[in-house]
Amino acid sequence: MAHKNIIPFGPQHPVLPEPIHFDLVTEDEKVIDAIPSISYVHRGLERLVEKRDFIDMIHVADRICGLCSFMHSLGYCQAVEEIMGIEVPERALYLRSIWAELSRVHSHIFWLGVAADAFGFESLFMQALRLREPVLDIFEETTGARVILGVCKVGGVRRDIDDDTLKGIVSRLAALKKDLEELCNVFINDYSVRHRLSGVGYISRDDAYILGCVGPMARASGLAMDMRLTGYAAYKYLDVEPAVEPAGDCYARCLVRVREIFHSIDLVRQAVGKIPAGPVDVKVTGTPDGEYYSRVEQPRGEVIHYVKGNGAKFLQRFRVRVPTFNNIPAMIKVLKGAEVADVPNIILTLDPCISCTER
Amino acid sequence: MGWFKRSPWILHYNATSCNGCDIELIASLTPLYDLERFGIINTGNPKHADILAVTGSVNEKSTQVVRNLYDQMPNPKVVVAVGICATSGCVFQDCYNVQGGVDKVLPVDVYIPGCAARPEAIIDGVMKACEILEEKYAQRKKSGKLAES
Repeated sequence: MAHKNIIPFGPQHPVLPEPIHFDLVTEDEKVIDAIPSISYVHRGLERLVEKRDFIDMIHVADRICGLCSFMHSLGYCQAVEEIMGIEVPERALYLRSIWAELSRVHSHIFWLGVAADAFGFESLFMQALRLREPVLDIFEETTGARVILGVCKVGGVRRDIDDDTLKGIVSRLAALKKDLEELCNVFINDYSVRHRLSGVGYISRDDAYILGCVGPMARASGLAMDMRLTGYAAYKYLDVEPAVEPAGDCYARCLVRVREIFHSIDLVRQAVGKIPAGPVDVKVTGTPDGEYYSRVEQPRGEVIHYVKGNGAKFLQRFRVRVPTFNNIPAMIKVLKGAEVADVPNIILTLDPCISCTER
Repeated sequence: MGWFKRSPWILHYNATSCNGCDIELIASLTPLYDLERFGIINTGNPKHADILAVTGSVNEKSTQVVRNLYDQMPNPKVVVAVGICATSGCVFQDCYNVQGGVDKVLPVDVYIPGCAARPEAIIDGVMKACEILEEKYAQRKKSGKLAES
């Protein structure tokens, strides 16, 4: 029997943009155990509810994660609105969906780039990051910021987008779609990418269900779970169809995300076609008294925001359960028995967002 | 913009950032903003790096990592605090696990403002860091090669 070695992986590692640490127990080239240790980016922002009132907390919720910033403020605002019984205007709901889908597009393109970097395809990484910029330009024009948008507020959204700009967004996304098709063609059909990813990191449908996978990780194992089907924001008016792949390996997770990019572009087009005229916010009076779980589909899966208030200006409890946290057990299971060379791939196809996970 | 004879390499570490500054730092290294045209590339190895770009404020656990990375880098070296969290703590400065800006742990040479720091600001900050690096090289030359910069 071969000698056991422990290889530390992270917190600072060339393929990881974020700090997470694994102790990989290896035997020759096989990983036999992986012990994760976290809290390198723990800030403790949930406790900030004691110091910031429920309106100011939106800015903190915005900064839980830079990649899915809008989803976090959306989830928080939905929870507070539900407690306070605020009717959000239709136009605001549509605008929220549009920004959420654009966030998904930019997050998934970023992921494709980082994943390409992880399997050593540097030019593909550069191409993906180049194609992400048009989406960020749209964000900058419509919200004034590139990554942390800060447009969601309790009772609606801060900014309106006029109809000409909305039509412009659709045509720019259509132009972007052509470039993206070329890029995604490499991901789907390139021999070396396929060879590197298919069959690696397999999770069966049952395992994905038992271990509580969410988001693209679950959908790549054949579970059609998508919180957008619950119809929050304007998704009840749009044709949402979860992208499901049965294979369960890294390649399937890649395919799911590629399909979701195009589906999100289509959802933006649908939303722009149906958006009604009207106000974008309502006046908010009073304070939240009660509790609510709000469920939102992030680029990485389902995120839950739990908000509890007792009628005071400051909330009693704010809790976030993020998708990466749910996916870590499945990742550990897959890492056991994998080759050391496949570890970066497996970790990256999970699309870990450590900043959300540790908050 | 200062003259620099070398091509400094950047080491990036996310201390407790929210990812916003990290993706902007990566964006500034990729084709549209392209820091690479100045010969600056991103490296994963602290032993090859000249500039340490830290995003986010520091907490108890990341303090050790940041200091460790800094100690492994060869002299002379420059530390860049990217974003307002790395400068002062931003909205998180009241959090129980946030100690404040990176300057609590390391001597910071350049502060880049913004939440999230814009790529233009990052490019400007890194250019300033290059000037400081050049100065440190000049000082070291003056005071004899063996002396610490």
